[in-house]
Amino acid sequence: MLLIKNGRVLDPATKTDATLDVLLDGERIVNLAANISANGAEILDAQGLVVAPGFIDLHCHLREPGQELSETIETGTKSAARGGFTAVCCMPNTQPVNDTASVTRGIVERAKATGCVRVWPIGAVSVGSKGEALAEIAGMKEAGIVAVSDDGKPVATARLMRQAMEYCESLGLPVIDHCEDPSLFAGGVMREGQHSARLGLKGIPAQSESICVGRDVEVAGLANARLHIAHMSTSGSLEYVRAAKKQGLRVTCEVTPHHFTLTDEDVRYDTRYKMNPPLASRSDRDALVEGLADGSIDAIATDHAPHHAASKDVEFDRAPFGITGFETALALSLTELVHTRKLSLMRLVELFTTGPARVLGIERKIAIGQPADITIFSLDRAWTYKATESPSKSRNTPFDGRAFRGAPVAAIVAGQVVYRH
Amino acid sequence: MRIVEKRQLLSAEQIDRTLKRLAHEIVEKTGGAEGLALIGVRRRGVPLSQRLANYIQADGKHHVGLGTLDITLYRDDLSTVGAQPIVHSTDIDFEVDGRDLLIVDDVLYTGRTIRAAMNGLFDLGRPRRVQLCVLIDRGHRELPIEASFVGRTVETTDTEIVEVRLREIDNEERVVIVDRVG
Amino acid sequence: MLQRLQHLLGIEPLTVEQVNFFLDQAKPFQEFQRHPLKKLATLRGKTVALAFFEPSTRTRISFATAASRLGADSMNLQAESSSVKKGESLIDTVRTLEAMRPDGIVIRHVASGAAEFVAERLEIPVLNAGDGSHEHPTQALLDALTIRDRKGTLEGLNITIIGDLLHSRVARSNIHLLTKFGTRVTLCGPPMWMPPILEGLAPGIRRVPRIEDALRDADVLMVLRVQTERLHEPALSEADYVLRYQLTPERLRLARPDALVLHPGPMIRGLEIDPAVADGAQSCVLEQVTNGLAIRMALLYHLVGGAPADAPHPAKERSNATD
Repeated sequence: MLLIKNGRVLDPATKTDATLDVLLDGERIVNLAANISANGAEILDAQGLVVAPGFIDLHCHLREPGQELSETIETGTKSAARGGFTAVCCMPNTQPVNDTASVTRGIVERAKATGCVRVWPIGAVSVGSKGEALAEIAGMKEAGIVAVSDDGKPVATARLMRQAMEYCESLGLPVIDHCEDPSLFAGGVMREGQHSARLGLKGIPAQSESICVGRDVEVAGLANARLHIAHMSTSGSLEYVRAAKKQGLRVTCEVTPHHFTLTDEDVRYDTRYKMNPPLASRSDRDALVEGLADGSIDAIATDHAPHHAASKDVEFDRAPFGITGFETALALSLTELVHTRKLSLMRLVELFTTGPARVLGIERKIAIGQPADITIFSLDRAWTYKATESPSKSRNTPFDGRAFRGAPVAAIVAGQVVYRH
Repeated sequence: MRIVEKRQLLSAEQIDRTLKRLAHEIVEKTGGAEGLALIGVRRRGVPLSQRLANYIQADGKHHVGLGTLDITLYRDDLSTVGAQPIVHSTDIDFEVDGRDLLIVDDVLYTGRTIRAAMNGLFDLGRPRRVQLCVLIDRGHRELPIEASFVGRTVETTDTEIVEVRLREIDNEERVVIVDRVG
Repeated sequence: MLQRLQHLLGIEPLTVEQVNFFLDQAKPFQEFQRHPLKKLATLRGKTVALAFFEPSTRTRISFATAASRLGADSMNLQAESSSVKKGESLIDTVRTLEAMRPDGIVIRHVASGAAEFVAERLEIPVLNAGDGSHEHPTQALLDALTIRDRKGTLEGLNITIIGDLLHSRVARSNIHLLTKFGTRVTLCGPPMWMPPILEGLAPGIRRVPRIEDALRDADVLMVLRVQTERLHEPALSEADYVLRYQLTPERLRLARPDALVLHPGPMIRGLEIDPAVADGAQSCVLEQVTNGLAIRMALLYHLVGGAPADAPHPAKERSNATD
């Protein structure tokens, strides 16, 4: 038994914001009240800390199977726990692509053996993510996927998107799209704009993303199905999502911490600033912050994309896209959004808990009988992130050495403390 | 470390008389300065060569060519210096081949500046003869270089420096010996 | 000290004083090109690595000649960086060169930012001979020298740059340099090669779609070459380009009567420039080449010559000087 005492329990699902104790027994929450006493329970004193439902990351890359030089399920989940996450959804662009039940089972088994947080795999939409034939989605569902995506690429055609959506709707799975127009993207490496012009780097116009979002929203209407937009980065895309929600379509979206923090002005030739979607303009960034505040955006997801050092230590044009993100997500959110009063703390916790849960069609709350997944964090602790201290195998982050106010303190998964500061 | 003046070698009037005397010598010993060209070594060799040329040509009977030479690119001591010294232009608009040249500089010391000057001149062509005229010879030669025309010879120590100050560059006109102390 | 520039990666970070310094220092080297004997010993014993990862004849020969005339030796690397040669990492190639201990490296590469990438990882001076679409600083310096020699000054001139501006590092470096001197820069080219984002490069830039309008009152015309090797999109039809953007004698007359015509080379006669203009009295292309040699000698002299900044000072030689 684990008794979390004196913490500020903040749960958007039950609209709780009060000093309460939480008692965990085995893999469940068994009590939630003021001043619980429990004989024989291990005590975790959460005085001055926030106690929230366990955070869910809707979007990450664990690189296993096939790319273990950059990360494994073991190292990735350790990093996730350090960031306060209790469950992560890993994308299928591994080697081989997670497009069959057997690959899914492999991931689930590896996670059970070596992972320290819950790993919920996302399966591919199409075989090999090639955009041609649908993958064995039902088989993968039985093996444990929670959604489908061809992440790394957009779902290739509107027709395939429609087929996938109609099929997945019958299976109760959301389709997650990495929105991009390949012909506009064509060889680009950063957001097209004055900065790409100055640096002489090939630019990707913002419309590359929003054109695809618009397409997907239309298809979601046609198929009457759920759609989730991955790593949304532009105001144009946000407008489509807002309009879709207004129409009553079941469209959701996520934003990464680097997209609500950095802009294309931060890019020089440092490959730690190269990711897809690229860092956007200031006005896009500001629009995303507004969307986070007003509820148009449903979740914050990290898109943790580890790349081993040698692969990123090349000319900007040749570097792979992606940065890590588990360990800085909460800190960036608190420092850049809550302490600046752009977002309330309750709203922030929602973006890490009930928001992602809703996308997946599950519950996430602190209540008797619920899974014992808890995230504990400090609202005010000052600290500096050092990439060398990360359990991840990769160090590709632009936030190395950055100072933060607010930090994860503990992650509890199924009643086990998997990370404690 | 400070620089202090030890003694004056030449006053303005003495500089002038010395240059006039040198001009006479040059005309005499070169058989009338026929075809002669003066090459002033930057920096202070330049005004000196100009004044010499004026004195030589003052009587209207003799004519000399005049050019300036920057030796920065021909120095042999650059690897010991930090930043590279600034290069200035060399301005010799006549043919060097077969010409009688007279290098003019303010102070002759180790001889390395003159060695560099000769390298520079030989890049431009093959002079018939090269001679040297200096205002002050302070000894301590490190190369086999000699001046045919010398204003004044002076004995100096290693730490002393002979400073030739000319109105065209320094806004005063005298030659002094200074020393580094401290 | 102005001359204590460690690397020359681009024009953008230079001050007006630094630009003027190198233009002024090119003068003695211009004069030097007229000597019968063009060989100095001032960089004797120094080696300059020429790392050209993109095909180049003129720039490479210019740097090699500049080094040689200064008395330095050069190490020649001509690696074709075609995408076929995967696994050829820039870092490894450059570190291999460094292990042979050159005193400086001149680099041309297809990736923007490559010169900076190399400079961050090596201990020796790096001179950018062209990195992707980013900068070509020695070209801009030699262009500025050519203009200044002919016009007497760079201040307040009207400059028109014509061609594929989007992909041109020559255009970018020239824009950065000339706008430091209060010039008015007009860009002219097909819309796909002259997007609005270029206007933010420096103050005082305007884009003009019609060449006739762009040439009016111009003091200097810079004609860029059509870079077929750098296009990722469907190229403009050549016939259309000639019709709308070729610099012909008739169009040249729309500029000021004493306007200069510059071209970074190599020219495609009959495409971006009419042969009569290329060979005409207003064309400065040959002076550009000579000036390129002078500028590169001045740069190698200052950046590669001398002791490294952190070298211990040996006992001073005897010298009749107080500095």
